[in-house]
Amino acid sequence: MIIRESKFSKFLTYTVLSLITLLTLLPLIWMLSASLKLDSEVFSLPIRWIPKNPQWKNYTVIWGKIPFGLFVWNTLKLTLVITVIQIATSSFAAYGFSKINFKGRDFLFFCYVTTIAIPWQVYMLPQYSLMNKFHLVDTHIGYVLLQSFTAFGVFLMRQFYLSIPNDLLEAAKIDGLNDYRIYFRIVLPLSKPSLATLTIFSFVTIWNDFMGPMIYFNTTNLKTIQLGIRMFIGQYSTEYGLIMAASVVALVPVFIIFLAFQRFFVQGIATSGLKG
Amino acid sequence: MKNSKAKGKGLSLGTKNLFLGLSFILPNFIGFFIFILIPVTFSLVLSFMKWDGFHSMEFIGIKNFIYIFKDRVFIGAIFKTVYYSAFTVLFTLVASLGLAVLLNNKLRGINFFRSSIFFPYVASIVAIAVVWNALFQKDFGPINSFLKMIGIANPPGWTASIHSVIPALIIVSIWRNMGYFMIVYLAALQDIPYSLYEAATIDGATKRQQFFRVTLPLLAPSTFFVLMMLTINSFKIFDLVYMMTEGGPGNASTMLSQYIYNQSFIAWNYGKASAAAMILFIVVGTITVLQFKVEKKWLSYM
Repeated sequence: MIIRESKFSKFLTYTVLSLITLLTLLPLIWMLSASLKLDSEVFSLPIRWIPKNPQWKNYTVIWGKIPFGLFVWNTLKLTLVITVIQIATSSFAAYGFSKINFKGRDFLFFCYVTTIAIPWQVYMLPQYSLMNKFHLVDTHIGYVLLQSFTAFGVFLMRQFYLSIPNDLLEAAKIDGLNDYRIYFRIVLPLSKPSLATLTIFSFVTIWNDFMGPMIYFNTTNLKTIQLGIRMFIGQYSTEYGLIMAASVVALVPVFIIFLAFQRFFVQGIATSGLKG
Repeated sequence: MKNSKAKGKGLSLGTKNLFLGLSFILPNFIGFFIFILIPVTFSLVLSFMKWDGFHSMEFIGIKNFIYIFKDRVFIGAIFKTVYYSAFTVLFTLVASLGLAVLLNNKLRGINFFRSSIFFPYVASIVAIAVVWNALFQKDFGPINSFLKMIGIANPPGWTASIHSVIPALIIVSIWRNMGYFMIVYLAALQDIPYSLYEAATIDGATKRQQFFRVTLPLLAPSTFFVLMMLTINSFKIFDLVYMMTEGGPGNASTMLSQYIYNQSFIAWNYGKASAAAMILFIVVGTITVLQFKVEKKWLSYM
């Protein structure tokens, strides 16, 4: 839909859009501004959006007060490992679900889809006691196992594989390729955009996850960046500047990934919104 | 000929495909089965048990369900979840559709606007909760300062008041989610062929008529998707509430998920927690099935 607009309506659209955008970003701008303030200034009125004496030291202090650097490393490690396992196993499984016709396939897939609609709170507890039995509570491995096999990845990749024409695979079979080779040589290279989408979604989800680490990690050395921010709230409840600075640091990687791979986000949302 | 002989000796095609298919699926399915499917099934069993996680389990029939339905906190949690969900779903739907229509044009810099509105969705809830709690601060927070400035003498207490804590949560949820669903709508809008609008214009339809007679009906499948996702997500709401209010003040924002969490990890009533979890699952499941049914009926008439 392309709407041809007069100059006036164009101006009007820009004004409305700018206002909405500004309003949407205002909380984040406020956060950025507060992260450079003294606590006495954070709530002073009228709001000074650009601090008079920017407190850059807020950004250095946070690394010393709690092991924030270690938390960043833990988060990075967990995010990468989980994302890799998820990508590898779910794209492989999605090929089975979309391109091979076998007995019980639809039932198995139904199990996956059902769990998307089941809130995590429903099975959080049995999952915890199961992990406890395996002695995997308070370990990184436990958390990795927990997060790596979610249904979302399989669902997203299957949506994409359904759009790959079967004729293409038939042709490859006539040329003597078996299904494993077809997957690695043809389907995988074709699905780069979807893999990128899944990577980004997985990255953002794990990076931002709070509940999982909160329930599973007790030892300080295992904790992640999101738990770190909460530690500032607990220990230094009045030090808003530090909390905001830590929050900004946690947002930066997501922001960079978001800017760099924006179109994959959009594509992924559009794909998962299609009817399978 | 040789080939078919070899096939006859070996496995049938069906069995062969079964093994082939399983070989693709198993690496993921084993993990999925152990860490997700078993716990899901087990929570059903637990809802009929009395268990604190340490001592042995005891089968007590539907006693857990009777207990939670007599618990005023649980009944309150149901009402609050419905209240929160109704407004969140409605306003987020309207906001995301409105934004999508507004942003569906080829103006210069349109991507900047789209990304900015989407960005809150990828920001961490921990950070979001901290910021909004500060913004909502009752006495000297920026929002109430602004409200006082424009002449509202007694602005709401937001997260500090039992009357306005849920509206505060609704506002943050809309702000966070509207960008995501805007993109779902944008994708759908871009699939509507331009020729339809040309035809409508030739027939003399106004912009408003075009929106209600062309755009809206064609967006129906997306609207069902958005409605379903929003409803499921709203009923599941936990992280945001936990981080902004922990269900408080008092139990004013204790919704279903928070109740389940409290019963499991604070009271150690595994049975009651699972019973409440079952209720949440039944509610979400019913809504999902209902929406599917309505969708099928509705769309088949189009």
